[in-house]
Amino acid sequence: MSESPLVELAVDFGLLSLIAVGGVMTVLPEMHRMAIDQHGWMSATTFAELFALAQAAPGPNVLFVSLIGWQVAGLAGALVATIAMIAPSSVLTFAVASVWERFRDARWRKAIQRGLAPVTTGLMLGAAYLLTRAADHTLAAYAVTGFTAVVLVTTRVNPIWLIVSGAVLGLTGVV
Amino acid sequence: MAHPATHRPTARELFAGFLSIGIAGFGGVLPWARRMLVETRRWLTPREFTDVLGLCQFLPGPNIVNVAVAVGARFGGAGGALAALAGLMVAPFAVVVALGALYTAYGHVPAVESAFRGVAAAAAGLIVAMALKMMRAGVTRLDAGIVAGLAFGGIALARFPLVLVLAVLAPLSVLAVWRSVR
Repeated sequence: MSESPLVELAVDFGLLSLIAVGGVMTVLPEMHRMAIDQHGWMSATTFAELFALAQAAPGPNVLFVSLIGWQVAGLAGALVATIAMIAPSSVLTFAVASVWERFRDARWRKAIQRGLAPVTTGLMLGAAYLLTRAADHTLAAYAVTGFTAVVLVTTRVNPIWLIVSGAVLGLTGVV
Repeated sequence: MAHPATHRPTARELFAGFLSIGIAGFGGVLPWARRMLVETRRWLTPREFTDVLGLCQFLPGPNIVNVAVAVGARFGGAGGALAALAGLMVAPFAVVVALGALYTAYGHVPAVESAFRGVAAAAAGLIVAMALKMMRAGVTRLDAGIVAGLAFGGIALARFPLVLVLAVLAPLSVLAVWRSVR
């Protein structure tokens, strides 16, 4: 607790980078735990709002990490969190890319990939649950979340329109 | 390679190519990466792209960042990887920090707060949809369903650290599929 927030950001996201199996979204519950329960960097509502902000911006999902860093320690925090989240996994990718041919078709490689799939699915369900709890405080808000999910599962609408609709519903006081 | 890519990009071209991906997509940029790498600039054949994507989804970390590193390294070694990575990140990072600054300055204005309530609810719906699609695609057997349920309960209800959840469930789940993998 006596450590500087920048060191905490570097260490926590550096480790997260190497256990982020299945990408950034599956470690959302871990970020939720780190930012709210462990370090007390922000409230659950702020977490959900920053996530929404990241979704409303163009670019890779990993930039949500930049916003957490920003909230904790400004521009330096954003830089440190982002670099910590991408550097370790990038070094690993760089190292493995040249030898990938050798074990691409290995049985253990396929077993790991197939075995991790249900784990990452469970983590993603966890992310969905925690974000919904953090974002929705009224029945109307739950309805917006549910409607958005159903539309995205059943149609090919660009998600940005649902984000814009959410903003309009919020502004007009429906949610 | 059966179908060598028709063009070998320089570091500068890698930077520019991934810059165009970085600012393109909303809610995930992988489809844009495919369009740029395979269709527009023809640096990779469809098969090569699928192979790179397989590597990048297998390894931990942000998938699209791994794609930038793997493609950059393939054409330009460490320098190429850095050029592609910088191209991917620099513009959206600037945008998101600007949005962060606006959020800090105006986040407590009542109208902005109201809008955010709706946007946050919709953004949560995005992730619900993503989780449901993953369920539909990957969890078709009972043992996979049990593992997914345990991962959900461990991370979201019991709030165990991710390291613990992975250390217990990943080996179990890999063992469970071992027989069915050749």
